[in-house]
Amino acid sequence: MFLALADVFAFISRFFRELFLPPYEFKEIIRQCYEVGFRSLLLISTTGFITGMVFTNQSRPSLAEFGATSWLPSLIAIAIVRALGPLVTALIAAGKVGSSIGAEIGSMNVTEQIDAMEVSGTNPFKFLVVSRVLATSITIPILTMYTIFVALIGGFLNVNMTEQTSFTSYIQEVFGAISYVDIFASSLKSIVFGFTIGMVGCYKGYNSSKGTEGVGKAANAAVVTSMFLVFIEELLSLQIVSSFR
Amino acid sequence: MNSAMNKPGKTDENSVISIRNLRKSFGDLHVLQGIDLDVKQGENIAVLGRSGTGKSVLIKIIVGLLKPDSGSVVVLGQDVEQLSAKEMDTFRQKVGFSFQSSALYDSMSIRENLEFPLVRNVRNLSRADVDKAVEKALDDVGLSQTINQMPSELSGGQRKRIGIARTLILNPEIMLYDEPTSGLDPITSIEINNLINEVRERINATSIIITHDLTCAKTTSDRVAMLLDGKFERVGTFDDVFADPDERVKQFYNYNFVN
Repeated sequence: MFLALADVFAFISRFFRELFLPPYEFKEIIRQCYEVGFRSLLLISTTGFITGMVFTNQSRPSLAEFGATSWLPSLIAIAIVRALGPLVTALIAAGKVGSSIGAEIGSMNVTEQIDAMEVSGTNPFKFLVVSRVLATSITIPILTMYTIFVALIGGFLNVNMTEQTSFTSYIQEVFGAISYVDIFASSLKSIVFGFTIGMVGCYKGYNSSKGTEGVGKAANAAVVTSMFLVFIEELLSLQIVSSFR
Repeated sequence: MNSAMNKPGKTDENSVISIRNLRKSFGDLHVLQGIDLDVKQGENIAVLGRSGTGKSVLIKIIVGLLKPDSGSVVVLGQDVEQLSAKEMDTFRQKVGFSFQSSALYDSMSIRENLEFPLVRNVRNLSRADVDKAVEKALDDVGLSQTINQMPSELSGGQRKRIGIARTLILNPEIMLYDEPTSGLDPITSIEINNLINEVRERINATSIIITHDLTCAKTTSDRVAMLLDGKFERVGTFDDVFADPDERVKQFYNYNFVN
């Protein structure tokens, strides 16, 4: 257990050491940002929109009991910006991106591609790990902002169809309910989520056991571990941000 | 004919690769138990032995992918263990490594696979220079038509050839082949053996060929080194080594040529 933890810390500290040492793999970082970000857009758009719609619909009856359906936009904004947006994005990314990173690096490990990179005079840790972790840390916060936007649109359509709330009044309610602290906290939290997803995927792939079974296990462990850690981080961030409000 | 040809203790100054008392274990598994070997400039040597006896471990130590437990490996006058990260990168440009699994990068096309070591190790190359080098490397292995294909579209033999082309693109002084004919049909194996000989003629590279295919060893090497119980028990020409009455050597020969 302690040996495994020491191994994880050694992997993370190697990341920070390699991060600041040249050469910098800018081209690979941009390629990975495209892979992580652009290729997740359709899935993120769909889940974000549905989350906004469903959350609004499910919240309405409870508010209606107190005759407070006019508070729906505020409730939607707070829930989506503070929790649902970052969490839904991180969970989708853990499933899609984390598993893909774990499987890709695991497969490269099994088929000696990482060794081949090393004998080609390329630092495989920098090329594969640093670029992917940076890409997830950069892209997942951007995807989170996009998810929040799409979910708020989903919420608006639901409110507009049921309560005939205008777009202007919806926007005013939304921005009245959230503060800069909320947006800053969500962005910061998303960077941590992105870092976790990238790091876990790379660690599991880089340390996968040989054979095709090892690749499957690496992909699976990347998803399960990063999802678990995302929930733990969500809980911790709730405690930290609450102390600032 | 035996390991006495490689003098233990002192490295041979005329050797391109000089290995002394090399030991490597994985837990309780002692794969290399005091290896001595000298390989001269332009010489091809085949390392034979059963699976799991540490043949691949030996060449991975030579190229610095694995660290030995003890002993010394001097390649091109440099002690591999003493090289800094930067020196190791420069050293590896002079040593080509052809992997057993070919190790082509799945996510890259053949062109990108061949460009990869070139653009990362040679500075100030124009696009035209890179294209020319890639086309020449592919032409040398007779696979020019695959330039825009992905590795998954190629056969096992083609993947091996591309793997060799990728190592040749940096004009190495030493070639290390890890099981170059494993998993290939006899005709494709002969093609790979011919390619190994062509490479030797073309760039005068010194080569170590790890194999348990005796046809490959016989047709590509000047000497063979038989790895038995963690040591090179027999080193010499193919015919000398297999003239030995040792039952373990005979078994190896009979399996390949009699059965």
